[in-house]
This record gives sequence, C-alpha cells and structure tokens, in this order.
Amino acid sequence: MTTRLQNDRAVTRRRFLAGSAGLSFGIAIAGNTVTLFDALAEGTVFQPNAWIEIGTDNTVTLIAPAAEMGQGAFTSLPMLIAEELDADWSKVRIEQAPADKQYGNPLFGGAQVTGGSRGARGYFTPLRLVGAQARQVLLTNVAEQWKVPVSELSTEPNLIVHKASGRSISYGDVAKFAKVPAKLPEVAEADLKPRSQWRLIGKDLPRLDVPSKVNGTAQYGIDIYLPDMLYAAVLRAPVQGEAPDNVDDSGAVKVKGVLKVVPLPFGVAVVAPDYWTAKKGKDELKVTWKKGSKAESYTSGKVLDDYAAIAKDWSHKGVVALQEGDVDKAFKGAAHVITADYRAEHVYHAPMEPMNTTAWVKGDGMVEVWTPTQAPTFVQLAASKVAGTTPDKVLVHSKFLGGGFGRRIEQDITVDATLLSKLMGKPVKVLWSREDDVRNDKYRPATAQHIEAALDQHGKIVGWRWRLVGESIFRRNLPQALEAAKGIDASVIDGHKTIYTIPNQYHDWIEDERGVDVGFWRAVGPGYTTFAIETFMDELAHAAKKDPLAFRLEHIKDARAEKILKTIADMAHWGRRSEGRALGLAYHSYPDVWWTHVAQIAEVSVDKETGRIKVHKIWAAVDPGPTISPANVAYQIEGGAIFGTSAALHERITIVNGEVKQSNFHDYPILRIDEAPAMEVKLLPDANARVGGVGEAGLPPAAPAIANAVRALTGARLRELPLLPERVKAAMKA
Amino acid sequence: MTRFAVNGRWLEVDVPPDTPLLWVIRDQLRMTGTKFGCGAGLCGACTVHLAKDANTAAEAIFSCQTEVSEVEGKYVTTIEGLSSDNSHPLQKAWIAEQVPQCGYCQSGQIMRAAALLKKSPQPSRDEIVKAMKTNLCRCGTYNRIIAAVERASRGV
Repeated sequence: MTTRLQNDRAVTRRRFLAGSAGLSFGIAIAGNTVTLFDALAEGTVFQPNAWIEIGTDNTVTLIAPAAEMGQGAFTSLPMLIAEELDADWSKVRIEQAPADKQYGNPLFGGAQVTGGSRGARGYFTPLRLVGAQARQVLLTNVAEQWKVPVSELSTEPNLIVHKASGRSISYGDVAKFAKVPAKLPEVAEADLKPRSQWRLIGKDLPRLDVPSKVNGTAQYGIDIYLPDMLYAAVLRAPVQGEAPDNVDDSGAVKVKGVLKVVPLPFGVAVVAPDYWTAKKGKDELKVTWKKGSKAESYTSGKVLDDYAAIAKDWSHKGVVALQEGDVDKAFKGAAHVITADYRAEHVYHAPMEPMNTTAWVKGDGMVEVWTPTQAPTFVQLAASKVAGTTPDKVLVHSKFLGGGFGRRIEQDITVDATLLSKLMGKPVKVLWSREDDVRNDKYRPATAQHIEAALDQHGKIVGWRWRLVGESIFRRNLPQALEAAKGIDASVIDGHKTIYTIPNQYHDWIEDERGVDVGFWRAVGPGYTTFAIETFMDELAHAAKKDPLAFRLEHIKDARAEKILKTIADMAHWGRRSEGRALGLAYHSYPDVWWTHVAQIAEVSVDKETGRIKVHKIWAAVDPGPTISPANVAYQIEGGAIFGTSAALHERITIVNGEVKQSNFHDYPILRIDEAPAMEVKLLPDANARVGGVGEAGLPPAAPAIANAVRALTGARLRELPLLPERVKAAMKA
Repeated sequence: MTRFAVNGRWLEVDVPPDTPLLWVIRDQLRMTGTKFGCGAGLCGACTVHLAKDANTAAEAIFSCQTEVSEVEGKYVTTIEGLSSDNSHPLQKAWIAEQVPQCGYCQSGQIMRAAALLKKSPQPSRDEIVKAMKTNLCRCGTYNRIIAAVERASRGV
C-alpha cells in the first residue's frame, strides 16, 4: 500500500503533468442518473481531470473530496470510487481535492463542505458512479483494441479480462493507449455492482492517513512553511463587535524582531518572522476598544433566564416547526400533564489544532491559501473578497485538520491571513493562541427548551408541546438557508422530531439574537434537544410508573428502533442493580438529521459529597445503514460518545458583559483519559436502509444517558447542561 | 547561542534564551511533528523527551513550557527521532489499533507513552492512565490509546 504523506494535490499535480504518461479521467455524469453536480455549475457537467488518474505504472490515484478531520473520509470516500472502478486497493494513492465546486457534496447543494455527517451520505452513490463510468471507459478502449464486444469483458482488481480468449491486461497497460471519449458513457445506479460483489465496501481497510499520524509527517495546516513567510498574531477585542480605538504599540515594537503592528477593523495584528516573536509583540499591545457593540450587554446567566421565561410563555409566538393532530384537545383530556424546562450553556469546539491559515496574495490577482478547512470553496469566496479578486483565482491547499467539529467551516481565520498577506505583500501565516481560540470561537448556541406532555390514564403520551429559544446560526452564516426555510434554523433545532408515536404535537422555536456569534458544533442541535427529550422521556416513564425502556418501546413502531433498544438492553444487562451505581438509557433516531439510529446506556456513580459524576461505561447500539468501514464507524460512535461525555460533565463558556471568562484547558476542561468511560459499541447495520452519517450520532445520547443514570441512582433531576457537580448536589437536595 | 542535541544530532540555535523549545523545534528546525496545542502545559501535544546526557533516562516534557536555555548541552528526542520507519513498538501498536482520528495529539501521546514504557516496560492499566493523563485527545481515542500501550508493552 502506498501512503502519500503529502496530502496536497496542487503540489503533486506537477509530478503528474511532468510525467505525463498515463490516463486522466474527467467523468461527466449526464442525464437524470445523479444530481451531484446539478446544483453546482449551472447545469453544466464536470470538467476533465476530476477524480481518477491511472498511471502507466498501474497506480491509481483517487481524489478525496472531503476534509479529513479524524472521521476517516480520506480513506472511506475514495474506497467508493475504487469499488466500482474495480481498482486494486494496494495500488491506490489518495490526493486531497483542491477547492473546486466539481468536488462538492450534493447534500450541501454542491458546496465543497465537510460537516453535518454528510460525507458518506452525500457521496455514496455519486462516487460509485464516478468509478463505474471510468471502468466503462477502460472497457470500451480495450474492446476497440482487441476488436471484441464490451459485453465479453470483465474486470478483476486493476485488470481487464477477456475470458473467451484468455487474454488480460492491467489498467496501467490500458492507460498507455486509452483515450477519453468526447462523450462519456452514461451510467446509472442500475449499472452499479450488487452488494454481493463488493470487494472493498464493508471491509475494515486500514486508514491511509494513520501511518503519517504516528511519526509526525502528517501535514496539518499549522505545518506549512514557505520561503519569506511571515507570522502574525492577532489581538481581538475582548467583546465581540468592538473595534480598536487607541493602540499603544510602544511595547510591541520594542520586542526584537517585530516587523509591524497593523490595526485591523476587528483587532490589532503583530507581524514577525516567527510565531514566538509575533506572540510576544501581541502580548505587549495596549489597546482600548470602541464601545457600543450589541454583545456588551450579553451575560450568559441573564440571557438564559430570559430565554427560559420566553420558552414557557405561550403568549410569545414562535416559528412553527411541527404541527400534528389536535394538541389543545389532547391536553384538555389528559390524565396527567408533565412539564419541564431545560437549559444548555454555550460550548466551545476545542480542536487540538488552534485556528490557523497561511495566505499569499500575489501581485497578479492570484491568491494561494494553505489551510485546515472544512469548506474549501468558502475559503475561495472569503479570500477573493478580501484580496479583491474572483474565487477562481484562489488556489486552496486543503491540509489535514487537527479537529474540525464545525469550527473550520468558519472563515474568520481566512480573512486574517488574506488581509495581512495583502498588506505585507508576502505569505503570512496567522496562528491563534489557545486563548484566542477559546475566546473567539463561534460557540454552540445557548438554549432554553420547554416541553409539555399529556399522558392518558394508561400512561400513553397523547399530546406534546416543545419549544426552543436561542440564537440562529444561519442568520449569520447562511441567511439564504434561513430565508428558504421560512425562519426555521434546522441546525439549531435538529433532533426535536422524535421517533415516538405521539398523535398530537406542536413544536416551535423562537430566534432571539443577543449579539454573540454562534456556529455549528459537533451534532449541533441534537446535543441539547436530545438531552431534553430523552431525560423528559424518563420523567414521563416515572410518572407513568413504567420502566424507561418499556415506556419507550410502547411508543415506538419502527423495527430498526426496536431492535436497537432491545440490543442495548441486552448489552448492558438493563434492569440489573449494583451497589452505588446505576444505568441510564437514551435513544434517539435521527431520521431527518443523519439517518442513523443510536441508543446508549451509561453506567454512573456519584460522589454524594461533591456531586461529581463518574461515568464508568457507555454501551452503544447503532444502526447506521450500510457501512463502508465498519470498525471506523464504531470508532466514530465511540469518539462521539466520549466527546458528548466531556461536554455533559464539564464544558461551558460563560460570557459576562460580553467578555468570555474561559481561556485555556484549565478553565475549559475537556475529558481526560482518567475520566473516559469504557466503551462497548455494537453495529446492527440494516443493509437495505440508506447510508447514515456517523460522525456526530454518537454524541447526543451520552448526556441524557448519564443524566438518566444519575436520576436512577440519586433521584436528582438534571435539566441543565453541563451537569456540573454543584448542579448535581442542588438537584439531589431538591 | 544554545547548543543541544535533537534526535542524536548536535546543533546550535541563535534565538532569545527564553524562546520555548517548541517554537525552536518547529519554526527554526522545521520539524513539525511536535505540535502546538495550548502553550500552557495543559494538553501535551508538544511532548518531547529530554535527557541530561546520553546515559540518563529521558523524561517526557512539555516543550512549550521549556525555555531553550534549559536544554543547553542536553539531548532532545522528538517524534521524528522515535524511529525513521514506524518501527517503534508504540508506532506499530498505534497502527495496529488504528488509534488516530484527527491525529493532531498523537505525536505527544506516543512520546508520553514511550517515556512511560522506558520506566515501566509492562505498566498496569492504572499506571497507563496515570501517565497519559497529561495528554488531551479531543476526538476521544483514549480507550484505543490504552489498548495500544498495552499491546506495545506485550510486544505484539
């Protein structure tokens, strides 16, 4: 197996052109078979040289269209092409796609974005078609050469075989004479291999990025060095939206090596030949800031108090997200009505690689950007705007991401680097310190939720009202999406639709802007909606005097969901008692979010003196539909559950008068190894279902499973994230 | 000028003596396997080995918290010096267990684990957890890190 350490197509490209032997495919997918590129390119087909290059040395180079941020896309997506191309995986090399709309994800309307657990889902069919079409081109070329009908040819990995004559030829040898036809053959889903013939999909092939990640050669955005490159450190306003007023740079310019202090619209940059000098200079800046920003009045606790009051006051009108049946009638006739209020504080992404980007604005209107990004085409847009050029003039080198989690869709760092390179006339690397990163994140929204349920005399849920109040993500970064959805910010409220059979439901949400930017965060909405809904389900089960598992099963008519729930119960021996510990269950399907079903059970103990929760183990049962790399799916679920445990136990950003109080891992602790629960993950893939997303689905059930276990153990009802020790103690007393 | 050995090679650097070793390794020596994570000794991404001479057992240190003047005359080992071909037992174990996800913290994790195995070739699970507690992984690979250290310590 060849592993390319340099995941940079723009660089390796030269090698291909220089050694121009070989065959490059541009795959056009015509007709009505795929929608991959419909949304991208005004109805045009894809350009040549897009996905596959076959060398005369029999190597096959495949494009990885999505960012590699830990989820394995660098390996799993090219596997889809290789499957239908019938490529020999040991001959495959992977190159990271440059920024180009032709590599866009149809689930993002063709934008080249990695996020929302949409990689495998969006590319599953299109990339197999890409492979199938290239295989068809190879077959046609050989058929012409050998003067035999295409139908008599078949393929083995990297080999075309003509059974009748006993002849065979390697793909590398075909590449020596093959031509790409002017009109590429059309392929449809019906032409794809049946599952029984898959050689690669469903196999646990080792990840191709892993060897470079154990010896320091993997190249992340931060690892870029260019000749004459400068560094910049940027001091940003303590309160979002403030601009520098008076800048005293007398201390900064005295730092040996500092080249320049540059006031920016949103901060002050210090430029130097190396990071440490730039950072020392930045630390010496004395800046006052112009007041008047909306965020100045933002204090987390007060904002959440407001949100909570609005959430439970139905005289406020919300944007309706779901309405079914006659809700008022259901509540009027109810035997019990249960209500609860939930809160979730802001959380920070905390990718291990702090935000960074290197940009080079050249004299000729060209811009090059080296960046760990989830959205290369957004980088083109942002950099071109700052540099005063057009997006097509921006060459983006996408590097490995030291964590993304939604943070690296944002373009603030692109603006930093492009602006400073433009001013300095040289390549500039901007690197944020951890403190910059913590304080200038686009946090997950802080939210309040209010839920009401009506139970009949048999303990069945007959009515349900749900409301969420918070800021919108789309309002800032995708206003057209908010407009198109008539004010529904799907990312903020995702997870509110449950799989439970509830005949009468009303869901709405109220957007309440307070001046603090919020953004996508691993799992976004379900991180708090599932917490609320699944702890509420336990409260309802308790009110109905039923076991939480049995209660859920009574409200589910879905074979996949039932299987998942019964499996998780078996895995964890649901119903057992052990001294000082308890189990908690959470289930959520995300039919409209990730197409994946997940149930988790957490086993916890609680230190009654301190209120500190210890999560001993989490079991997870998952039906993600067909899997490309099963072991990797399990690792994603595990990583998601541990991320979710971290958020549940520890994580919060508090803002006082617009200033973020946390700054680094001492006051924004993320889970360490001694707190990591043991994990047991079982996959139950429904082979006939759609391919589900897995990068996020493991996260949301963790918090409610933990909270439900704490309740089972102590009786404490936890309705606020994070589940801090003082909150646990207070709830135990209540 | 500060003189010290990196991965067995002696060199001299001309930087202010209070420059963190991390930034000398990265910006001056252009060895990028050692990562910047927090700049405060809180995450372990910058972990390297330091020995006062060739015969003394190396300690795992936070290179972001070590001024370059402190390593004068000493031996520094970075992830690049662990092996040239992924043949170190921990690297093999990390691949076998498919530990890395985003991978950014893993150089530091491996260096921390390597220092542990030098002192305690067959650590208990508790010892592993105690030693590795200095190093954060946001992707949540902790259980596989434990499995990989155990695998390496068993020599498989």
